[in-house]
Amino acid sequence: MLIRREPEFTYADVTPKEVYKNRRKFLRDIGIAGAAAAIAGEGILSIASPNLTAYATSKLNFTKGKFSSDEKVTPVNDVTHYNNFYEFGSDKGDPAKNSQNFKTTPWTVSVEGEVKTPRKFSMDEILKLAPLEERIYRHRCVERWSIVVPWIGYSLSSILKMFEPTPKAKYVAFQSYYDSGQMPQAKYGGIEFPYVEGLRMDEAMHPLTLLCVGMYGETLPNQDGAPVRIVVPWKYGYKSIKSIVKIKFQEKEPATTWNLYAPNEYGFYSNVNPGVDHPRWSQATEHRLGEIFPRKTVIFNGYGDQVASLYNGMDLKKFH
Amino acid sequence: MKKLLTSKWTKVIVFLVSSIPFVFLAWGLLHNDLGINPVETLQHTTGDWTLRFLIFTLAITPLRKTLKLPELIRFRRMLGLFAFFYVLLHFLTYLGPDQSFNFSGMWDDVAKRKFITVGFAAFVLLIPLAATSTTGMIRRLGGKRWQSLHRLIYVCAILGVIHYYWLVKSDVRKPLIYGFFVGILLLWRVWDAYSGRKRNAPATVNTRVSTAGSPQQSS
Repeated sequence: MLIRREPEFTYADVTPKEVYKNRRKFLRDIGIAGAAAAIAGEGILSIASPNLTAYATSKLNFTKGKFSSDEKVTPVNDVTHYNNFYEFGSDKGDPAKNSQNFKTTPWTVSVEGEVKTPRKFSMDEILKLAPLEERIYRHRCVERWSIVVPWIGYSLSSILKMFEPTPKAKYVAFQSYYDSGQMPQAKYGGIEFPYVEGLRMDEAMHPLTLLCVGMYGETLPNQDGAPVRIVVPWKYGYKSIKSIVKIKFQEKEPATTWNLYAPNEYGFYSNVNPGVDHPRWSQATEHRLGEIFPRKTVIFNGYGDQVASLYNGMDLKKFH
Repeated sequence: MKKLLTSKWTKVIVFLVSSIPFVFLAWGLLHNDLGINPVETLQHTTGDWTLRFLIFTLAITPLRKTLKLPELIRFRRMLGLFAFFYVLLHFLTYLGPDQSFNFSGMWDDVAKRKFITVGFAAFVLLIPLAATSTTGMIRRLGGKRWQSLHRLIYVCAILGVIHYYWLVKSDVRKPLIYGFFVGILLLWRVWDAYSGRKRNAPATVNTRVSTAGSPQQSS
């Protein structure tokens, strides 16, 4: 096995750090499950994921950021093996399995739209654009599970500030990478690709909004949105778009993937709010991975002090 | 084949095999090895196996008729009871870890959310079927009435599939697979009822074989 440890900040082809098979999962699959399992195409237990899949990351240099939560960080294995990344399959364990050969080098992020001079960034440029900090954020999925993750990156505003937006720039739209060849499971997901998301300008410029390149001290694993993603901690997880290739300043409210799929279930703002239920389930409580009983969900995912003022005078039920 | 199907050991084996998902869950629970979201694993696994056992139960009559293996009827009650066993566990994992055993919260949920409403309805409708599964109850109700009551399983299976279909976010492949099997098995019954092939004579199950005294006609 060849391990390249060259310039820390390049996304060269890295060899998997830990490779081993989950023997029991294998036995489970070939074993007695038999005809019964064939009905749904899986084993006896509907386990979201195997415990271990190989993935490749390398170390990052960073300082501790000031916006961190002091809650217990979720084990890295959970955050890397329990993912919603529909491009690589819709089961929680799929992304860890199916994203391992995803090519993230070379990678460019194009910043365009209502700006004086649009330009493209290479991944190396993005990594050097501002000092990297670690920020331990709560992350709340619309499906009611939550985790606490030590992300690494810098405020998205650091990059947005480099541009001179035209007066028309009211929103920022994001787009994920999409390649049906590398993501053959995406077609079963039921949603349209490429995945798109967006924020209002003041949300995008908010210091909490993170341009994220790593977690747990290392670069992002593919299944968590390598090589660069957005993290918006006071909104439901699907707003935190993965593997971005495009950032676009625009006048109109951007289309967002889940809103396009089911407008009554997923709004543009998608602020975490225990008072506004998803039509199919209550959002009053959440299930922190690793805990048995639910805990109460907090408005704006507990970031109300920092962000509530962004929505002064807005009906949060209507603009959910 | 007939010998195999009428052996008392076959029933024991079917029982043991049907218990395997439960054994895996219990083992996983004791060893804290139910994946990253154990509550979800419990809910999804018990839900999956409920639908599977409903399908197995519904498959008995078409199979015994088309394969001319009336002895298969011996296994129907057990499979149906396993469906009930898994749906009971499914309900408990919802009531416990999901609702913290808070019944008022549960009722709100049942009233408000249609996927819970249909799932709960399917569960409730299965209760009388499980309760009247004993030989004594069959005798007390009389074969015909017992049989009409137990046709509720058709409704339960359909509601179960709808429950799953409404639950998933966007990838509907698995609910559709279950729906396909339930659909085929129910359509077969429609076809069987209306086709001239339907015989008036009861299926040839001798009483020694069907110790359960299950009703002889199809269900």
